[in-house]
Amino acid sequence: MTMPQVGIAGETIDVNEEGYLTDPEQWTPDVAREIAQVEGLELTDKHWEVLEYLREQYAEGAKLTIRRIGKSDVVDSVKEFYDLFPDGPLKKASKIAGIPKPASCV
Amino acid sequence: MSDTSELTSYAEQFDQEAANGEQDDRLERLLVILSKGSMEDAYAALVMANGAVMEGIETHMFFTFFGLDAITKDKQDKLHMPTVGNPALMRNVPTMVAGLPGMEALATKMMRGKMEEHDVPPVSEFLDMIVAGGGSLHGCDLAVEMFDLEPEDLIDEVEDIITVGEMLELAGGERSQVIFV
Repeated sequence: MTMPQVGIAGETIDVNEEGYLTDPEQWTPDVAREIAQVEGLELTDKHWEVLEYLREQYAEGAKLTIRRIGKSDVVDSVKEFYDLFPDGPLKKASKIAGIPKPASCV
Repeated sequence: MSDTSELTSYAEQFDQEAANGEQDDRLERLLVILSKGSMEDAYAALVMANGAVMEGIETHMFFTFFGLDAITKDKQDKLHMPTVGNPALMRNVPTMVAGLPGMEALATKMMRGKMEEHDVPPVSEFLDMIVAGGGSLHGCDLAVEMFDLEPEDLIDEVEDIITVGEMLELAGGERSQVIFV
């Protein structure tokens, strides 16, 4: 199966069948807004902070877990992370941040 | 800017799936029952429940018999790794040796270290995470009475003490599953 390509804000974006970007370099704020809309989210400043944090962590090769994000300075608690990205925060936030689906069990 | 007029938009591509209801057979609700008080059993239940919460699945946990230790204030972070009767843990170690004083404490300490390395939290924190994500915790009425526990012995995050009948209601619906540990 060939991976789908979608157009976002005039750019061609490569995604996998679940809607995650396959190349984080193609990510732009417009991409984030578009994916967030499909996920039913309106991005606030706090959301952008978290997305930025996730992209940084990913670039550094960190293994992302909900616990790690909860303990980071970017959110006050695990609960805040769930409140920002309800129903699957790690997956949803990663998708909007244009990084791969996290392979973490915790 | 390239010409992307022939491409579908992200919304068209991925909203459609939701509209078609293609994923309607996905798990919707999970009930995890913990009936044992050893560290390995408690963590099996916690990892699965937390994993479900992380997926946005409605998650309930029911604690019965020694599983109650995981929601008992002065016990939850002192669960042990059993070294006797647990051949997979200490392969090639004779049971008599595995039962020597200090062996269980050592195995427990090592396991805790390993878990911290992999970002697996202590039981109390794990339950906090599950509740923070919308999961609910329930104690077993019969076991609470049998073990002479008072509501104040249990952590505040426990929603209620319920009967088996009430527990089964938590697992209702077509797209529900029960996991028993």
